[in-house]
Amino acid sequence: MHADSLTYIFLNAAIINNFVLALFLGICPLLGVSGKISTAFSMGLATAFVMLISSVSAWLINEFLLHFNLEFLRLIAYIAVIASAVQLVEMTIKRFSPPLYRALGIFLPLITTNCAILGVALFQTNYEYSFSQSLVYSLGAGAGFIIAIVLMAGLREKLELADVPAIARGAAMSLMLAGILSLAFMGFAGLGGSTA
Amino acid sequence: MAANTEKPISLDTFLIGLWRENPVFVMLLGMCPVLAVTNSVINALAMGLATTFVLLCSTALVALLRRHIPKEVRIASYIVIIATFVTVVDYLIHAISLEIYHALGAFIQLIVANCMILGRAEAFASRNRVSTTLVNSLGMGVGFTIALLCLGSVRELLGAGTLLGIPVFGESFEPWIIMLLPPGGFFVLGAWLLLFAWVKERQLKQKTAGAGEAGVHAR
Repeated sequence: MHADSLTYIFLNAAIINNFVLALFLGICPLLGVSGKISTAFSMGLATAFVMLISSVSAWLINEFLLHFNLEFLRLIAYIAVIASAVQLVEMTIKRFSPPLYRALGIFLPLITTNCAILGVALFQTNYEYSFSQSLVYSLGAGAGFIIAIVLMAGLREKLELADVPAIARGAAMSLMLAGILSLAFMGFAGLGGSTA
Repeated sequence: MAANTEKPISLDTFLIGLWRENPVFVMLLGMCPVLAVTNSVINALAMGLATTFVLLCSTALVALLRRHIPKEVRIASYIVIIATFVTVVDYLIHAISLEIYHALGAFIQLIVANCMILGRAEAFASRNRVSTTLVNSLGMGVGFTIALLCLGSVRELLGAGTLLGIPVFGESFEPWIIMLLPPGGFFVLGAWLLLFAWVKERQLKQKTAGAGEAGVHAR
């Protein structure tokens, strides 16, 4: 597969270099909101949506900043875009699904400080992707985030019934689970051919 | 309201970040850089120092401006302040060491999204004097750096058999490559958390055992 093809970019972001399990972005929601599959899925969707909006806006802003030689403002501009996108999603969810709004709770505004979202915006700038490429990249990253958080929630739901030693409950257990998942995802590394 | 929540400076203001409210091991904040850049001691140290610098500067500025920032837009203001200092650090590291700059990659800029810094700005700097805030932030920063070093040293030791680039084990040591790869980060942090949970449980048991032979587990 060619490294610039859209299929490769999607697969790369979603599976091969999964944002959560290989690049360590967005660990906080992975540990915090992965108690139930349904909540995890909604959280994943909300995050993926914010990723899409902010990545597209970030691409446009970057073109604008490059045009005026203002690269040093990039980080500040990106974070402002992300904060507004999160506000937008928050208002939408509050309007259309109040129960979901309550379930996500504090983690909804915290999407702002989810490094996965800023990560998508920064990486696509670093890779110098074109508009369509960055669109596909953010879609892939969103899909990868949903896959990781739902898998994690599924495992944790099963573990509720298991007899785990008291000291290992909570964060330590979740980290070990994430490690095993990450180990499994390393198996996909060969998918894209030799791109180290 | 802001005036009567101000805390005086004490040794505890500094120490709280080191142990009782350690941002990584206790509060579980700012996990992403903790896991991502700790594959060697030197990276961990650079990341810890960079984060401490941003934390000190931005919380000091927040504390200085705390009476002038309107409540409604405070989070946005904090983020802009943090982003400014992260940009400074980004250029600073770029100038000091290109090698470290490339090793840390996008994670320098991702300090913006470190929830620990925003959390400190919101929970401490917005209600305390500049001097108190500086002491507290220094404690938190040192605590964060120590946590990064804890992970970095274990991962470098097992994953490459070196410490700060110096070989520790003999020729015959077979490095555990897995420790340098992503899963290793999760496993080592999980193991540290287990260790701390175990130590805490033992302390609790000793306390209850010492308090009397009532023998009932106070839960």
